[in-house]
Amino acid sequence: MMADKLTKVDIITSRGKFEELKKALGDIGIAGMTVTNVLGCGMQKGHKEYYRGLTMDINLMPKVKIEIVVCEVPVDLVVETAKKVLYTGEMGDGKIFVYNVENVIRISTGDEGKAALQYDDRNR
Amino acid sequence: MNSINGADTVFVIICAALVMVMTPGLALFYGGMVRGKNTLDSTLHSYSALAIISIQWILIGYTLCFGKDIGGLIGGFNFAGLKGVGFAPNADYASTIPQQVFMLFQLMFAIITPALISGSIAERMKFVHWVVFLICWTTLVYDPIAHWVWGAGGWLKNLGALDFAGGDVVHISSGVSGLVAALVLGKRKNVGKPSNLPITCLGAAILWFGWYGFNAGSALAVNNAAVNAFLTTNTSAAASAVSWSICEFIHRRKITSLGVASGIVAGLVAITPGAGFVSPLASLVIGFAGGFICYFCITFVKSRLGYDDALDAFGCHGIGGIWGGIATGIFAWKAINSAGANGLIHGNPKLLGVQIVAILSSVVYSAVVTFIIIKVINAVSNIRVDKKEEQSGLDVAEHGEEAYGGIQM
Repeated sequence: MMADKLTKVDIITSRGKFEELKKALGDIGIAGMTVTNVLGCGMQKGHKEYYRGLTMDINLMPKVKIEIVVCEVPVDLVVETAKKVLYTGEMGDGKIFVYNVENVIRISTGDEGKAALQYDDRNR
Repeated sequence: MNSINGADTVFVIICAALVMVMTPGLALFYGGMVRGKNTLDSTLHSYSALAIISIQWILIGYTLCFGKDIGGLIGGFNFAGLKGVGFAPNADYASTIPQQVFMLFQLMFAIITPALISGSIAERMKFVHWVVFLICWTTLVYDPIAHWVWGAGGWLKNLGALDFAGGDVVHISSGVSGLVAALVLGKRKNVGKPSNLPITCLGAAILWFGWYGFNAGSALAVNNAAVNAFLTTNTSAAASAVSWSICEFIHRRKITSLGVASGIVAGLVAITPGAGFVSPLASLVIGFAGGFICYFCITFVKSRLGYDDALDAFGCHGIGGIWGGIATGIFAWKAINSAGANGLIHGNPKLLGVQIVAILSSVVYSAVVTFIIIKVINAVSNIRVDKKEEQSGLDVAEHGEEAYGGIQM
C-alpha cells in the first residue's frame, strides 16, 4: 500500500530558476506539473520603485509556484533535486511544501490513484 | 487677390492631421499611467474630446475664437455654423491657405487642450460630468483665451504677447484648470503603480511626432519659421528628456522610463510658445531648464503642498507652459522671425513684461472660470464617483468594461 501513496510537492521559488528546475525534474521522471506566477513576501527584502514623485516600497516579490503530485518517483528525490538546483544560501531561494493527497482522477480515462499519474504509451 | 499657395495648403492639412494624432497619443500616455482598472475611463477622456469638440467647433467654437472681434475679448457670431468659412483665405490669419484649412488646423488644438486637463482629474470623476465639463470649459475658457491671444483684435495679441503654438492658449489654460479641478475633486483614496508604462512611452512618442505638426504647422506656411519651429521642438524635447534623467539620477540613482517620457513632454510644452521665435541654441536652454523645473515641481512641490494632480497635467503643462512663456520673453529674436519680437537678451526687456501679463491673465481667467464651472456642475450633481466605485475602478463602474484581467478564453 505504501507504494500507492500520493504526495503533493509545492515549490515556491524565484522565476529566474524555473527553466533549470523544470529540466532537472524532467530528468528524474517528473512528467507533469502545474506552474503559476505568484507574488509573495517573506524574509527577502524588497526594492524601491519610482513613478515620478511617487516612491513605492515593493515587498511583494514575483515568484513562481510549481505544483507536482508524485507516486512512483520518491518524494525525497524530488526534494533533493529541487534543493540542489535552487540553493544559493540567501533569503529568497524559496520554500518546498509536502502534503498527503487523498486521490487523483484523470478526467480523460477515469483512472484513479496511482494509475492516474502513469503516462505510458497507451495514454499518449 | 486670393492667392492660395498649394505647398502651404498641403503642409497645413498634413500638420492638422499630425495634431489630430496627438489626442489618441495622449490617451495612450495617460491610459498607461493610471491603474489598470481606470485605463479605459482615461482613454475615453481624450476620445470624448475628439468627438465632442469636433462638433462644438463648427457650431460655435471657431467663431468665438476667430469671428469678428468684440472688445478684444471674444469673437462674434459671424462664422457660427461655419457660415462664410470657405475655400477663400482669411487674410487676418493665413493669406495663402483656405480658411477651411486654417479652421481645421485650429480645431485639432481645441480638441487636445481639454483632453490635457483629464490628467488632473483621472481615476475619480464621473464620466458624464466630464463630458458636460468638456463642453462648458471649451466654450467658456478655451475659446475666449484663444481669441485674446490669436484672434484678430484680441487684447493680448494687440498688446504684443508672443504665443507661437499655444503656451498660454493650450498649456497654461489646461494645466491651471486641471489643478483647480483636482483641488475641487479632492485626493484619490489610493494611488498605485502605473498599469502599462510601455503604452505610456508609445503615447509620448506619438505626442512628440504630432508636435511637429503642432509647432511647425503654427507657421501656417512653408517658411523659415516653420522649419525653425520643427528644429527647436525636437531640440527642446531631447534636452528636457536629458535634464529630467539627470535630475532623477542625482536624486535617486535611477533613470525611469516614465521620467524620460515625462521629460519629453515637458520639453515639448516648454518650447511651444517660442518655437517659431527663438534660435535652436535657445531651445536647448529652454528644454533643459524645462525638464529641471517640471521635475522639481512634480517631485518636491507637489508632495509638499499635497494636491492630487493625478497625472501631472499642471506639473507638465501648467508649469512647463509658464516657463515657456517667460522663456519666449527672454530668448525671442527678430533675426529668427521678423514677424516676432526681440526678447530680454536681445535688448528688449519690455517683451518679458508683456509675456508675464499674458501668462497671469491666462492663469487667473482659467482658474476662476474653471472653478465656477466645476462648482455649478457639482451643485447639480456630484462630480465625484462614490467610494465603492472608486475602489472597484471606473472602467467597470462607469463604462461596463475592463481593459485587462478576467479569464482569457
